Amino acid sequence: MTATLERTRTRVAAPRVRRRPAYLLGAVCLAICVVMLAPLVMSVLASLKPTAEAAATPPTYLPHALSLDSYQRLWTYQQGLPTYLTNSLGTALLTILVTLGLTVPAGYALARFPVPAKEPIFVVLLLALIVPYQALLTPMFLMFSQLRLTNSLLGLAILHTTIQLPFSLYVLRNSFAAVPRELEEAAVMDGASSWQMLVRIFVPSAVPAIVTVALFAFITSWNEFLGALVMMSRSERFTLPLILAVSRTETSLGGTDWGMLQAGITISMIPCVVVYLLLQRYYVSGLMSGAVK
Amino acid sequence: MRSRRRGLVGLAYLAPALAFVLAFTVYPLGRMLWMSLNSWSLLTPPRFVGLDNYRRLLHDHQFWVSALFTLEYTLIITPILIVGGYLLALLTSENSPVRRLARTVVFVPVVIGLGVSSLLWYWLFSPDAGLVNKVLADVGVIDEPALWLGVSAQRSNLAITASVVWKVIGFGMILFVGAIQAIPHEITEASLVDGAGYWQRVWRVILPLTRRTVLLVTLLSVIGSLLAFDQFYIMTAGQPRNETATSVFYVYLNSFPYLKLGYGAALSVVIAVAILAFTVVQLLLTRRSEA
Repeated sequence: MTATLERTRTRVAAPRVRRRPAYLLGAVCLAICVVMLAPLVMSVLASLKPTAEAAATPPTYLPHALSLDSYQRLWTYQQGLPTYLTNSLGTALLTILVTLGLTVPAGYALARFPVPAKEPIFVVLLLALIVPYQALLTPMFLMFSQLRLTNSLLGLAILHTTIQLPFSLYVLRNSFAAVPRELEEAAVMDGASSWQMLVRIFVPSAVPAIVTVALFAFITSWNEFLGALVMMSRSERFTLPLILAVSRTETSLGGTDWGMLQAGITISMIPCVVVYLLLQRYYVSGLMSGAVK
Repeated sequence: MRSRRRGLVGLAYLAPALAFVLAFTVYPLGRMLWMSLNSWSLLTPPRFVGLDNYRRLLHDHQFWVSALFTLEYTLIITPILIVGGYLLALLTSENSPVRRLARTVVFVPVVIGLGVSSLLWYWLFSPDAGLVNKVLADVGVIDEPALWLGVSAQRSNLAITASVVWKVIGFGMILFVGAIQAIPHEITEASLVDGAGYWQRVWRVILPLTRRTVLLVTLLSVIGSLLAFDQFYIMTAGQPRNETATSVFYVYLNSFPYLKLGYGAALSVVIAVAILAFTVVQLLLTRRSEA
């Protein structure tokens, strides 16, 4: 930092003095990347160790040989990986569907219709922003067990939708409000109904917002833990994070099966990381509009 | 007349979402308040007891242990997340390839689940099979494997804080980068001409102009930490002696394994009220930034 201070006094020499910290800071950036990635990379590598090496104490850093043993054990663990993957994926897809099914029409109405008592309705719809779902789990569990929605993917998807609804509604309302009036007026001339306008004009114009909403609904549902822990008591209904949490202590006589746990962690991380890297733009813009506005 | 009809059509589009929120947020909220006034377990019929659950809570040792532990965790992790996240944002807010890369990488753990990242760190911190002890032993810091989780509340808190910092620091960073990049170029250039050094510029120009985002991220971090559950459930299971059972963890214990639903509801109400204050400030802040 001393170099930066000098720079301001002798402006001519500035570019040369500036170079060194630039390289240094670049190196710092790379070092940070290594530190942040190390746990992820070590976990993936550990999932690829052969059975004996995965259980070794003290552990090895890098696998001496590669094998899919851990994935094979995970495949048949308790009800089997396909069951848990289906549950997680099914819940996430239902969450996307329910969230979009509710918030696309609602966002459209809030953006374009002179609804009576619009402000109070909007506040009620955003209520979940103020009341954390963690606090509502006790009454929801009671209600869901009466409605037979515990141990049900749809029930869990409903719970995940309540978490995601305010954000989705907010993003979609803003996006529909930004659709140019001229487009709408032209459609009115053609005698289009409000539903036709939603389907033909508003939805196509709001594709980025819809992608953002679907993306966040997926990530929330795929990763959510406490709600699933409360609502799912039968092992064949567990989602991936739940069964992995079970496996952390209760594996076999030999203690935790670390290799299998890492295989499960790797499988849970892959969709999130892939989706993030592919849709980074939507992710960051969604985060900004969700948190800052 | 036409506008009234349009209003009703709009209401029809709103109806499903409104019905959903009334059924799955408003109704549970009312029911939670009602349950908190009753002695309620799944095994016996509910019995109205007034404010007994709340009175009991005042003398419940574990309630205070959990509340204070959650507060301690929040007070430790929040400054680390804010200062660390801000420093990372300062480092990476320029748009060079290596900085963009760093931003992308630091954000990766934010997108994976907290439950999954807690399992990952449960392994890293495990006494015999974990890499943390392996590294510390190899550099000669420790001779015996250290017991990080579930033996001492302090040390568990430290380990869990480290894991959560890794997991969420990118969140604040991204919001800070957005705020720093939104500062008009003329302002930063003007301060350069004034001959201000880098840290002077940060302190006098950048920080004041991004103050609202700093406050917002602080609030989000406080709210998130006060509601902490996954990381403690997975990494310590509340051990030793429920000393690391956070407030939400204690609600969970009462409502589900113990089935004291009325008492669990009263605890939930207390948490909801505590969070409410922070959330209202957060919403007011974001309203203002929109204007």
